[in-house]
Amino acid sequence: MAGTESPAAPIISLRGITKVFGTGETAFRALKGVDLDIAAGDFVAVMGPSGSGKSTMMNILGCLDVSTSGAFLFHGHHVEDLDRDQRALLRRRYLGFVFQGFNLLARTSALENVELPLLYRGDAKQNRRQEAMAALEKVGLADWAGHTPGELSGGQQQRVAIARAIVTNPEILLADEPTGNLDSQRSVEIMEFLATLNRDSGITVLMVTHEPDMAEYARRIVHFKDGLIDRIEEAGRRPEAMGGTTGGVTG
Amino acid sequence: MLGTILLLALRSIRRHVLRSLLTMLGIVIGVAAVVSMVTLGKATTAAVTQQIAALGTNILQVRPGQGFGRGGGGPAPRDFEPADIMAIRQQVGGVTAVAPQASASGTAIYEGANWSTTINGTTSDFFKIQPWPLQTGRSFNEDEETAGKSVCIIGSTVSTNLFRGADPIGKRFRIGEVSCDVIGLLTTKGQAGFGGDQDDIVIMPIKTVQRRFLGTTAIRTILVGVDQNYSTEQVQQTLTRLLRERRHITEGKDDDFNIFDTKQISDTLTQTTTMLTRIVAAVAAISLVVGGIGIMNIMLVSVTERTREIGIRLAIGAVASEVLLQFLVEAVVLSCLGGLIGLLLAQLVVGVATPLMDLPWIFDPAVNLGAFAVSAAIGVIFGYFPARRAASLNPIDALRHE
Repeated sequence: MAGTESPAAPIISLRGITKVFGTGETAFRALKGVDLDIAAGDFVAVMGPSGSGKSTMMNILGCLDVSTSGAFLFHGHHVEDLDRDQRALLRRRYLGFVFQGFNLLARTSALENVELPLLYRGDAKQNRRQEAMAALEKVGLADWAGHTPGELSGGQQQRVAIARAIVTNPEILLADEPTGNLDSQRSVEIMEFLATLNRDSGITVLMVTHEPDMAEYARRIVHFKDGLIDRIEEAGRRPEAMGGTTGGVTG
Repeated sequence: MLGTILLLALRSIRRHVLRSLLTMLGIVIGVAAVVSMVTLGKATTAAVTQQIAALGTNILQVRPGQGFGRGGGGPAPRDFEPADIMAIRQQVGGVTAVAPQASASGTAIYEGANWSTTINGTTSDFFKIQPWPLQTGRSFNEDEETAGKSVCIIGSTVSTNLFRGADPIGKRFRIGEVSCDVIGLLTTKGQAGFGGDQDDIVIMPIKTVQRRFLGTTAIRTILVGVDQNYSTEQVQQTLTRLLRERRHITEGKDDDFNIFDTKQISDTLTQTTTMLTRIVAAVAAISLVVGGIGIMNIMLVSVTERTREIGIRLAIGAVASEVLLQFLVEAVVLSCLGGLIGLLLAQLVVGVATPLMDLPWIFDPAVNLGAFAVSAAIGVIFGYFPARRAASLNPIDALRHE
C-alpha cells in the first residue's frame, strides 16, 4: 500500500468521508469512512459491486453531491466548507465530467454542447468556437460538429461528452461508467482515448467501472465493498502505463 | 454575462420550438379571449348607452289606450285633441315643450325615384324635446305650422334614396297627393334600439298631415319634454290628473291612456348593460384561469426534461443563479411574446366582429394591459418556480431526475 502515498502533496485527499441517505430507520450508510489520496496525473479506476458506494464517492469527488461527514481536501482546501456556488465554480475551473448516459443537451449541436462550459466560463465567442473545434478534433469528431446527439451513435455521443469535459483543460476528469452503454469495440476506443489523455496531457482521470478489462487501463484500481475501500491494487496491462511516468505519479 | 444568458435562453427557445409554441399558445389564447370578450362586452354597453342617449331623456310619451297598443276588446280609446296640447302647456308645471304627433305613410316621388316612407306630423317643439339636430336647413316656423303648409324636413335615408346625394334643400317632391318643399335635412340617427331605420322619415307640420293625409284633427301621440329640475314622476302625476279630468274618467276607473317615461327605459337598459358587463367580466376571468392552467400544464410537463437539463448545466460548471436567470428570461420572452400575439389577435377579432355586430370599435388600454399582465405573470411564475426547485437540488439529483 506504500504506492498510494505520493511524495508530492496529493490534489485530492479524503479523510473519513461518510455519506448517509435518508434519516432514522430508513437511513442508508453508503460510505462509512473513506480515506483516499489521489496525486496529480494519476489514473484511478474505482470498482465494486452495486451499492458498494463507488458512485457515491465519485459524486462527492466531483462536487455533484456533498458528504455527510469527513474531510475532503482539494489542493489542500476544505471542499466541505464551500457553498453551492463555490462548488459550482470549482467544477467549472478544475473538473470535467463524463457520464454513463452521456448527458448531452438534446437538439443541440455537438459544437454547441462542447462550447457550453466555455460559455459559462465567460470566453469570447471567437475563442469558444476555436477551442470547442479543437476539442472535437481531439476526439476525432470535427466533421460532426453540426450534428445533434440524436444524429450521433452512442460512441460518438460519448466522444462529444469527452470533448465537452476536456475543453476547459480541467485538472481532473471524472468518468462514471463511461463505457457502460457502449459495445466492446467502442469501449476500447474510449478507454484508449482516456489513457492517452492521461498520459499525454497529464489530466488526472478518475473512473468508475464494473468491467475489469476497462479498469486495466488505469494505473491504480480502488476496490469498494460495503461503503469502504476494500483494497487498492496497481493495474497496468498497458505496457506504456508501466514505464511511462508523468506528473508526480509514483509507481 | 447577461448577454450569455440571453443567448442561452434564445437558443433554448429556438431548439424546443414545439414546447415554446405550446407555452405561448396558452398565453395567446388566454389574452386573446379575455381582451376580445371584454372589449366586445364594453362595445355592447357603449352601443346601448348611445341608443339611450339618442332616445332622449326626460321625455314623457302619452298615448291613448292602456299599456302598449290599444289593448284587447272594448271600444277603441279616443285620440287626443289639439285642445289637450294647449291644456298641458298651460296647466302642467315643469314642462319645457309639448309636441303632438300624428303619423301617416306614403310614397315619395322625385324625378322618377320613389321611396315608401313614414310621415310624421308634429310641431317645431318636437326638436326641442328630441335630441335630433338638423344637418342643414331649418325647422318649421309658426306661420307654416298654423297654416299647415306643405313643407317638410327629411331624414337622411329618404334624402339618399330620393335625391341621390344632391342637396335636398329647396327641392320639391310629391308625397301621396301632396307636393312638398324640403326645408331641412336631419342628421343621421342610425338604427333604433328596437329595429327600424329612424332616418327613414319625412316630418311635416301636424296640421298638414292631419288635413292632407288623415282627414281628421286627432292626435295619436303627445311628446312632453320635462324640465331637468323637475322630477318626471311628479310631472307624470299632474299630467295624469289633467288628462283624466279632460277625458271625463270617473274616480275608480282605469286611465284610457298611458304615459311612458323614457327614463324608465333608460334605467332598465342601464341595469341590463351593467349585468352584461358583470357576466362578461366573469367569463373573462374564467378564460384567464383556463389559459393559465394551459400554461401551467406545459410548464409542469417539461419539468422532468428540464430538471435533467439543469443537472447537466450545473455539472459542467453553471452557477445556480445563471441557470435560473436563463429560465426566467425564457419564461419572460415566451410569456411576453405570447401576450403580444394575443393582444394583436384580440384586436383582429374585435376589428372583424364590431362591424358585423353593429357595435362601435373601442380600445380599452386597461383591459389590454390587465390581461397581458396576468397571463404573462402566470407564464413567468410557472416557468420560474419549477426551475428554482430543480436548481436547488444537488446536481446529481437533478441529473438522475426521472
